[in-house]
Amino acid sequence: MSDNAEKSTALYDEHVRLGARVIPFGGWKMPVQYAGIVQEHHAVRNAAGMFDISHMGQFIAEGSGAAAWLNRMLTNNVDKLEAGSGQYTLLLNDKGGIIDDLIIYRVGPERFFLVVNASRTEEDLAWLNRHRPAEVSLHNRSDQYGGVAIQGPKTEELFAKLLGAPGKLPARNQILDTEINGVPISIARTGYTGEDGVEVFFPAKQAATFWNHVLDVGKPLGLVPCGLGARDTLRLEMCYPLNGSDLSPEHNPIEAGLGFFVDLTKPDFVGKEVVARAKAEGPAQKLAPFRMEGKGPPPRPHYAVLKDGQRIGEVTSGTLSPSLNYGIGMAYLSPENAKIGSKIEIEIRGQKFPAQIEKKPLYKKT
Amino acid sequence: MNVPDDLLYTESHEWIKREGDKIRVGITDHAQAELTDVVFVELPKIDRQANAKEPIAVVESVKAASDIYAPVKGKVVDANKALESNPALINTDPFGEGWLFELQFENEADLKSLKDAAAYKAQIG
Repeated sequence: MSDNAEKSTALYDEHVRLGARVIPFGGWKMPVQYAGIVQEHHAVRNAAGMFDISHMGQFIAEGSGAAAWLNRMLTNNVDKLEAGSGQYTLLLNDKGGIIDDLIIYRVGPERFFLVVNASRTEEDLAWLNRHRPAEVSLHNRSDQYGGVAIQGPKTEELFAKLLGAPGKLPARNQILDTEINGVPISIARTGYTGEDGVEVFFPAKQAATFWNHVLDVGKPLGLVPCGLGARDTLRLEMCYPLNGSDLSPEHNPIEAGLGFFVDLTKPDFVGKEVVARAKAEGPAQKLAPFRMEGKGPPPRPHYAVLKDGQRIGEVTSGTLSPSLNYGIGMAYLSPENAKIGSKIEIEIRGQKFPAQIEKKPLYKKT
Repeated sequence: MNVPDDLLYTESHEWIKREGDKIRVGITDHAQAELTDVVFVELPKIDRQANAKEPIAVVESVKAASDIYAPVKGKVVDANKALESNPALINTDPFGEGWLFELQFENEADLKSLKDAAAYKAQIG
């Protein structure tokens, strides 16, 4: 994709003003960092950080039969959602491969709000529309919404100030409509960092107003703007998969370690047969987290994974963990090689560096 | 951005300080600011030969690995081992404690191909 084909979020001018380094990501010009990835990472683990997530796609599905239809399209069980709650779920193809991972919120009896990955927005829409019954409408509202993730242990304190009273945040995985500084917002208690936090959606036109107000109020608490770089190190410490790197149509949810978000007791859903078989027979491969042992360069995507000199896979995600101060990553490996404690090697510029399969999450809050 | 007048520079953001028949090489303040948090440095082996513009070291930030090039043809005679335990020296003191390696150059004339401070300043704007 060429430079001029990339879209800017409603917060783009704020990023530039704050001195962010901007990179192309999923068809968007996004801030990768402001002050620095490590500093932003620690701010989220110790205080709070705010990320622009306006690039993510938002759909509204509604109409008679919307719940039943979405239950056939998605792996998790929509019937378990009461109005105002959400769940992490997966959109699969006929072969059980992962098209996208997303969060679905029930906002009315037959009305749903879906938040999808930026790079998959068009593909998701096309796939959903191909299977959509006439009674259910599906609207892409991505252009109308801006969004931020506010993450970190200071989130509650920050929102007590923003909302003028403590205890007004929704519970984990719940979504709530309210207003801050004259901006109508939906707040969801969700995130991608392993810290307490929220994801907030608002009209794109008021994005800058909201962003700057939160930065002002949050500054005394240690809130800083954070880019995609810290978002990636934070999520990888938690072993949260990234679509396009760790998740792809070549892998099913059982291989990706996401069986918890698949309800095989549902009568049917797209890809069920393949997932049920992978679950019953055991997956051919498993997405396994690993850590580097001893000193060495950080692992990065596409580096070869070896065992006894033989190539057994490749790194899907890898970085230096700012919290742990050693290299961490994930790779699809055979169940045997993916066992916790299994010794592997990562090939970096022609040299082999020892690593070991770990339990997830790689980072645990103490 | 700091660009000391008494150093030479490359297009690829190395600085060069001549000391007799050898040169000390590091990356510029501009380069370290672009890379941000350096988390790992791979140094060249002592005694290895290098051609001009050959990648002989690697500086890694959280996000990316960047090659560092030999500014001129020569032999590696020293490397800054302190970076192995403290790679952040490149960020905190790029022209001092954060130096990378020393090269015994083959031809003094090769140094003429390097930029002076004014030319490097013009390059980074």
